[in-house]
Amino acid sequence: MTVFNDMWAYLTNGANWTGGDGIAALLAQQLLLTVTALLMAMVVGLPIALWLGHLGRGGFLAINISNVGRAIPTFALLALLVVAPWPGTGELGPYGRAGLATLIALTLFALPPIITNSYVAMREVPSDVREAARGMGMTGAQRFWRVELPLGMPLVMSGLRLALVQVWATATIAALVAGPGLGQVITDGFFRSNYGKGIAGALVVAAVALVLELLAALAQRSVDPTRRGARVGGRADALSVQPATVDQPAESVG
Amino acid sequence: MTLLGAAEEPSCYSRLVNDWVCADYVSDRQQEIVDATLQHIGITVVSVLLGLVIAFPLALLARRLPRLESAILAITTGIYTVPSLALFPLLVPFTGLSATTVVIGLALYALTILVRSLLEGLRAVPDDVRESATGLGYGPGGLLMRIELPLALPVLVAGLRVATVSTVALTTVGSLVAYGGLGNLIKDGVLTNFRAELFTASVLCVVLAVLLDLLLVLLQRVLTPWTKGAAA
Repeated sequence: MTVFNDMWAYLTNGANWTGGDGIAALLAQQLLLTVTALLMAMVVGLPIALWLGHLGRGGFLAINISNVGRAIPTFALLALLVVAPWPGTGELGPYGRAGLATLIALTLFALPPIITNSYVAMREVPSDVREAARGMGMTGAQRFWRVELPLGMPLVMSGLRLALVQVWATATIAALVAGPGLGQVITDGFFRSNYGKGIAGALVVAAVALVLELLAALAQRSVDPTRRGARVGGRADALSVQPATVDQPAESVG
Repeated sequence: MTLLGAAEEPSCYSRLVNDWVCADYVSDRQQEIVDATLQHIGITVVSVLLGLVIAFPLALLARRLPRLESAILAITTGIYTVPSLALFPLLVPFTGLSATTVVIGLALYALTILVRSLLEGLRAVPDDVRESATGLGYGPGGLLMRIELPLALPVLVAGLRVATVSTVALTTVGSLVAYGGLGNLIKDGVLTNFRAELFTASVLCVVLAVLLDLLLVLLQRVLTPWTKGAAA
């Protein structure tokens, strides 16, 4: 297949990686976009979802927000933001052209998995554990910080992991509105019939998605309080990421 | 809509006004909008059905051979981490700039959700039900088609709903290869700064997702009348 030869040639040519619109710069830009959007979504979504979960209210909101989020195409949302007078296509520092619009769209996209998982994480703390904590005389804040949050942490983290990989993958769509990130390599190669370049970009995005998924799985393992105590010296085992990666239900992609 | 009125003030979708919400746009470009919507529905339905057709044997295989299960789940989850914008160009060298490219890509995404929900649904069938059926003389085929699948239907439809709604949203990215249904209008709206077109197409996307979702809920009600009492 000549396309794959072209792809290999593109990837192995050092000149394609360096410079302002080289793969390395775009990769860094997309990582920055992903991390910023995820942090913004965490700042907005985590406190609300955890608090509602702690109180046991607003379950309807938490469950339905992911259904609503799934129905709104990120491309349509991004297109609306770009064409609107604000935020428009303005440059935003290292985030590039249409940076603010992309950040807003990605943040909204990251909210549903974070909110749903955090809420469910709080609700799934066994009620006898909750009651025992209350019986010991713990206040609401103490129960939240010392019982519910540590026990719910793995599920909260799995929501963050899902959001991270989805935001990374979806960030490529910014290229459809001439925005920042690695999507540029894909669409550029594609529209100039340079399929080798397009596929090279796709390969880089997919590879980084897998790396992020594995890293997030490792992070998720490390915060599981029940796993640490259960096995002494099981460090090597705890680092194997296979089951946690496989058992995750997929939600939606970009 | 009189000539006089048109002369006095420009249409709400002219360059000068460029309104977001514009009824004139919808009535004047009706044909274009209907065509895009039909293409959107067509691509979505064919993709989900193709995904279901592939998911079915995969789920049965995974159930028969537990060793294959984690491999099948890992591969389908792996496909899911490939962004749609990357998947379509990956397929173009093989399938060209055609609706096939979009359908195959979307079917692969739907597959992930459907294999999972099929497996979960079949696993949720109680063992004693299975044993009673075997005792009544059902063979493996009859057991699957007449006992297990009907009982797995609620979980399967839940998966179908997720897959369908996501596919409606993802179809818009197909505009990359010019087969994106309403996504084509969205893309054109961005390129030409045409607000009415962009807004109408975006709203139609969401409406379409909600309608198809409702349709599947109704379908499940019809197919599994015994769950009605329990759900209410």
